[in-house]
Amino acid sequence: MTHSQAHDVQPPMGMLAELTHRCPLQCPYCSNPVALERRRQELDTATWQRVFAEAAELGVLQVHLSGGEPALRPDLPELVTACVDAGLYSNLITAGVNIDRVRLETLADAGLDHVQLSFQGATPEVTDHVANMTGAHARKRAFAAEVTDVGLPLTLNAVIHRANLHQIDEFVDLAVELGARRLEIAHAQYYGWALVNRAALMPSREQVMEAVERVEAARERLQGRLVIDAVVPDYHARLPKPCMNGWGRQSLNVTPSGKVLPCHAAETIPHLEFWNVADHGLREIWYDSPAFNAYRGTDWMPETCQSCERKEIDWGGCRCQALMLTGDATQMDPVCEKSPYHDEVQTLAVRDASGASEFTYRRFARTTESA
Amino acid sequence: MTTIQESDIVRLPRGVRLREDKRRGGWVLLAPERVFQLDGIAQAVVGHVDGERSVGAIIDGLCETYQAPRERIAEDVTAMFAGLVEKRVLEVA
Ligand code: SF4
Ligand code: SF4
Repeated sequence: MTHSQAHDVQPPMGMLAELTHRCPLQCPYCSNPVALERRRQELDTATWQRVFAEAAELGVLQVHLSGGEPALRPDLPELVTACVDAGLYSNLITAGVNIDRVRLETLADAGLDHVQLSFQGATPEVTDHVANMTGAHARKRAFAAEVTDVGLPLTLNAVIHRANLHQIDEFVDLAVELGARRLEIAHAQYYGWALVNRAALMPSREQVMEAVERVEAARERLQGRLVIDAVVPDYHARLPKPCMNGWGRQSLNVTPSGKVLPCHAAETIPHLEFWNVADHGLREIWYDSPAFNAYRGTDWMPETCQSCERKEIDWGGCRCQALMLTGDATQMDPVCEKSPYHDEVQTLAVRDASGASEFTYRRFARTTESA
Repeated sequence: MTTIQESDIVRLPRGVRLREDKRRGGWVLLAPERVFQLDGIAQAVVGHVDGERSVGAIIDGLCETYQAPRERIAEDVTAMFAGLVEKRVLEVA
């Protein structure tokens, strides 16, 4: 079975390139791991250039240049050029607080295809508080104006949680006002820093339902003007999301130090063996590395999933969440109502929704070394 | 609902690219966070989008290639373009 399955493995379509974990912001829901990788561990320019070429060869169509804040890499324009040369669609995922006009034009001239800009809130008070950076909102607004002025398509990304869930309509207005073509509204996903802050981030079920309705209404109202993509919240749901559209099916994630992961949270599964681009070609990693093959397809699934008609729709949900909430990465995602842990998760969500609201901000652990 | 007139001129907005997908075969439209895999017909239609020719002219061209009744081609093409405009991967110039 494993053998025939190996032949079914399709090439990946998308790659998330985490160029650095450094970031001027400190979002409490940051998806980066709590143990951030440091500057001296980061891949050099030549290695990234090779990785992009290998990605294109492997079948990747789109590269998301991300972080941390990717613009902290001085070689960002060269990396965009490497994507363009390889025929890859390049998407810059940025917090937008440290790219001036000249740099932006350099990136646009290099052939950057698209900019995705995060907003931590829809107003200065909320953005600056959530990002723990004074003036962040104003800088983001100014950056958004530059992006559209340069002629690059813009997506706004809003990660929502208890501290900004009431701002859906304002996020929509902001996206329209800033000339964004797309708005992404994503509920915080509880890995990495968001897990540390779960009790301060978790919304109540009522808040979630209201948010869903507001997104729907805005979608209808703005059809053809603004595309709104919403990542539905998780813990309050009855069915799991098709995490990554299936493990090792469509995308891969390269960390600043070159580790290749099936999803950005995969390192939370401690027994998995990840390969590094320093030691292996990307193709070999995609097809042969133990981490990618661990939960591919449906063979690994528990009996309940095996006999469920949704098994190739949601692929059993999120592996990292299964591990985190049940202690076993081969469990079905406990968000699923068929999971024996489902009630426990709902109880936990209700409890956290009335938790304390102070954030633990994302930052590098204090050591004598510099980041 | 978006409607497309034959006199409209359509183009791919910046940030949307049509390219061959050699690894999987066929052609794709690449857009922000999206990949649209085009079937043979969609590829032929989108391949005619150059930001200069009118929708009517594109339909005329396709009629010659496919030798199908103009009415039917016109219906399919305008519906396809309207759908792409709504997804914001095509714009009326
Ligand atoms: S989520 Fe916030 S802290 Fe994390 S990389 Fe993005 S902007 Fe920086
Ligand atoms: S039983 Fe498994 S496959 Fe079915 S819905 Fe639940 S998680 Fe998905």
